[in-house]
Amino acid sequence: MRVTVTVNGSPVTADVADRTLLVHFLRDVAGLTATNVGCDTSSCGACTVLLDGLSAKSCTVLAAQADGSEVVTVEGLARGDGALHPVQRAFRAEHGLQCGFCTPGMVMASVSLLAENPAPTEAEVRAGLEGNLCRCTGYHNIVRAVLAAASERQSS
Amino acid sequence: MITAPFTYQRASSVDEALGLAAAGGEDAKYLAGGHSLLPLMKLRLAVPETLIDIGRLSELSYITDEGSHIAVGALTSHGDLARSGLLGSELPLLAHAAGQVGDPQVRHRGTIGGSLAHADPAADLPAVVLALGATLVVQGPAGSREIAAADFFRDLFETALAPGELLTEIRIRKPEAAGWSFQKFSKRGIDWAIVGVAVQGGSIAMVNMGSTPVRATAAEQALASGASPGDAAAHAAHGTSAPEDLNGSRGYREHLARVLVGRALEQARSRS
Repeated sequence: MRVTVTVNGSPVTADVADRTLLVHFLRDVAGLTATNVGCDTSSCGACTVLLDGLSAKSCTVLAAQADGSEVVTVEGLARGDGALHPVQRAFRAEHGLQCGFCTPGMVMASVSLLAENPAPTEAEVRAGLEGNLCRCTGYHNIVRAVLAAASERQSS
Repeated sequence: MITAPFTYQRASSVDEALGLAAAGGEDAKYLAGGHSLLPLMKLRLAVPETLIDIGRLSELSYITDEGSHIAVGALTSHGDLARSGLLGSELPLLAHAAGQVGDPQVRHRGTIGGSLAHADPAADLPAVVLALGATLVVQGPAGSREIAAADFFRDLFETALAPGELLTEIRIRKPEAAGWSFQKFSKRGIDWAIVGVAVQGGSIAMVNMGSTPVRATAAEQALASGASPGDAAAHAAHGTSAPEDLNGSRGYREHLARVLVGRALEQARSRS
């Protein structure tokens, strides 16, 4: 079917098979390969994007379901001049990544978390990221990064 | 990993959805959030020929106070249930349990109606609506009918929904006994409950203690006869047939049921 998804502000239209998953639409049609396919079973969160503003696992959404929607991937966070999003900056400053595979999903889940709860406690950050797995087990610095991004936004 | 091929159709009204389902016959399935159905389709455990997307029927996403009862639209997401101030004051058991389903991403997409119609005995909300004595409103080719939660769950992934029928609303009477508790035991936050327990007043329902959500009838009767929470909980596993899997043996689940029902009854009593 013909699907149009606004990805990072630009409409992307394509004729795709009905069973096409949103994550494959993003990677193979839109050519944005930062969103990773990890477990492919909606467990690991590596494929997390914002779908109409809310975090969603794009391996468990059909492209057809997202027709007409707005999607933001990690490529869409930085400004046009290349300045990183505060959550990206915080992941870098706090070393919130090791191998980096889970990072795009972690960052998008964190952006969604902070949109819903701008000043989370550490426990709320940990609960808010329960849908994202880091197999390097680098969780401490990830949590630290989210808290840092939150406090930067509070103070700005 | 992708699903087997199917034809995607999108409904823009309940009537259109019912018409598409009637035309699709037994090989058509409704698609709401898709967070139960799509994973099963990837594993070829479900192979529908037609998916009827009802995800945009926003008229089925609501939580309203109807005086004696609360009405919840079937397409209300777990996240909206968890954040609802109305549920927080009138049905805190449902709001709290919805906040324990899956993870934030799943709660953004998954719906209460999808969870109930899917009828996974390891899911949280089927046991919650059973404990609350909810009434499920369904619409089908022959019109609308109401099904008591106690009659809705028939077997593993099997409900009283006839082919083509669509669950549209969940009606829950405002509880007379205020005490409630939801206990969920799992190894990681995102996992399904190995065993879960929902308590509202003297009503006890359990997750993953059989092929459907089940009431802990013997424990309820003991409680009604004046037994303490601890003594009543000793009967929690009576009459159940808990599954055996990698997460636990039947005996382990029976032990968990007794422990969690005890905790739930204590907590419910402290809140009453």
